[in-house]
Amino acid sequence: MIEWGDKSGMNMGGGTSIMDFDYARLRREVSWDLAKRELGYTDGEPLNLATICVDRHVEAGRGDKLALVHETHDGTLRHYTYRDLMRLTNGWAQFLAGAGLKATDRVCVFLDRVPELYISFMGILKLGAVVQPLFSAFGEEAFFQRAEDSRAAAVITQHKHLGKVRKLRERLPDLKTVIVIDHEPGRRELHAGEIAYDMHAHVADRFEVAKTYAESPSVLHYTSGTTGKPKGALHVHSSIFAQYLTTKLVLDLRADDIYWCTADPGWVTGTSYGIIGPWALGVTQVVLDAGFSSDRWYATMARHKVTVWYTAPTAIRMLMKDGIEPVKKHDLSALRHMCSVGEPLNPEAVHWGRAAFGLDFHDTFWQTETGAIMITNLPGMPVKPGSMGRPFPALEAAVVDQHTGEPIREAGHVGMIAIRPPWPSMMRTYWNNTPTYLKKFLNGWYICGDRASVDADGYFWFSGRDDDVINTGGHLVGPFEIESALLEHPAVAESAAIGKPDPINMEVVKAFVALRPGHAPSSDLELEIMNFIRKKLSPLAMPQEIEFVERLPKTRSGKIMRRLLKAKEMGQEIGDTSTLEDD
Amino acid sequence: MKEMILEYIRNEYIDEEEAEDMELDENTPLISSGIVDSFSMVSLKRFLEKKYSISIPDDQATPQAFDTVTKIIALVQRFQKGA
Repeated sequence: MIEWGDKSGMNMGGGTSIMDFDYARLRREVSWDLAKRELGYTDGEPLNLATICVDRHVEAGRGDKLALVHETHDGTLRHYTYRDLMRLTNGWAQFLAGAGLKATDRVCVFLDRVPELYISFMGILKLGAVVQPLFSAFGEEAFFQRAEDSRAAAVITQHKHLGKVRKLRERLPDLKTVIVIDHEPGRRELHAGEIAYDMHAHVADRFEVAKTYAESPSVLHYTSGTTGKPKGALHVHSSIFAQYLTTKLVLDLRADDIYWCTADPGWVTGTSYGIIGPWALGVTQVVLDAGFSSDRWYATMARHKVTVWYTAPTAIRMLMKDGIEPVKKHDLSALRHMCSVGEPLNPEAVHWGRAAFGLDFHDTFWQTETGAIMITNLPGMPVKPGSMGRPFPALEAAVVDQHTGEPIREAGHVGMIAIRPPWPSMMRTYWNNTPTYLKKFLNGWYICGDRASVDADGYFWFSGRDDDVINTGGHLVGPFEIESALLEHPAVAESAAIGKPDPINMEVVKAFVALRPGHAPSSDLELEIMNFIRKKLSPLAMPQEIEFVERLPKTRSGKIMRRLLKAKEMGQEIGDTSTLEDD
Repeated sequence: MKEMILEYIRNEYIDEEEAEDMELDENTPLISSGIVDSFSMVSLKRFLEKKYSISIPDDQATPQAFDTVTKIIALVQRFQKGA
């Protein structure tokens, strides 16, 4: 097995020079075949990622090792070994089969960060069905759009979110089964088509895992775009080769690590690196199901002696707001490696990380569509604060011309971030939307939709998105989804949504609204519209600010000029808009 | 004020299904328990400002200050007195 990374305690800015770090050697030695070899896989064999993440460890004598330490907001802990995982996931697969679900059925997981979320994920895969994770804070419309498009056959949820599901049952004819994980008999009646399931009461020593293969579908994650409804990025079981190798070599996870990924599995980081990656390596991971507070986060890290931490710039900036003092109140001496994902990590956050923890935050760049880390600051590699890092050594990445797809060789010139396909965790299509999938490729490259430049040392520097998608708190929100939802409010005649720069969340949603006759702007109406969107879509999509306008700027063809609104918002010179109007 | 805020939270942030079983009082953790997330806190702040004709600066609208209705009342009263 290849062993490398930060072995010298040099995981701190400026410790290793760029010349000392042998990136070229890594490019020679690291390939996806390495993951296959280490996982004992031969091309053409059956492959089920749940077997690799769960059963493999039990069969290798590691059944008693802790897989999951779960902490609730009131501090209650639950511990699950890999043997527990095996029995519980067998139980889930058996139960789902008994409920009539079959291979390739889409099963939505609509849960808070409860143990059932993480464990049912693997149970669904053992059955050969497709996991469709849904952020539990999604409102009715966001849930509906995703479940309707995938034609999901089942949803696993909890009483807290059951009301949203019930309201939509009649509009979702394919949704045959609703599984409720926290139903207490005698408390309330379940409706027709709803089944109670207590996973702790249904362990099974054996289950014949579905004979899936490298290209069998595994996970369906929806992501937002500028136009249209959210798109379902479909992944396959062989994604595990990329998730395994990047978890090992970027997150630097080793057998004795205690790992904490703060992402919610409603989003891709929470599944690729909050479920699959760490369990593929047989590592113990911590889950905290509680709202954010800096003191609580540090206490959790100290309590469990977290060694490797994967978080997001928004969270880091929220921690920064509270200063270094709270860090010092806790014993975080076990912490040895920190990574970040979701949006560009600003240099100040890296500097603060050094001062607060004596470690570098290692920024990583990837997307729902890529399924695994693509561009990254590797352990031991000198971190240039503000840079995304360099391509993962098994990959070819470049910035390319947006029209020709030709790589841009000049240092510092901005182009589109592009990855040379294929790689194991690349999406195989957008569900029901292959034409849009095909548009993601140019001149033999997968085009990420983000702009960057590359410096003389090969480091990538993020420049901006190439579309109007709003990145708030590390999550992408589509302006079209918000605008469509706004139009459903009886007072709204026209609407536009943009990302407004925000010091903590990078961007927050700002909406511009023109009202129907008979409605007047007021703070009551503003709050009403905010809550309307929050419940319909999600708290992330809720406009944090609403500006009432007489009319919205449009092109001659009637398209709302979001970029003009954004430029105004940022105080930029607008100049002559006549060319924009012809857009 | 307590009942007004509790009612608003019950109506706006808690699903009907959940509300049936949930015991919500002035000392129930809101932010740290995840009942109200950091994004939704903005709408709660807006409600308080509107309802009580106050303005709460962003740096005072912290997860800690909003974590229970008791703490929220203290915050509102501070700004009503012109803090």
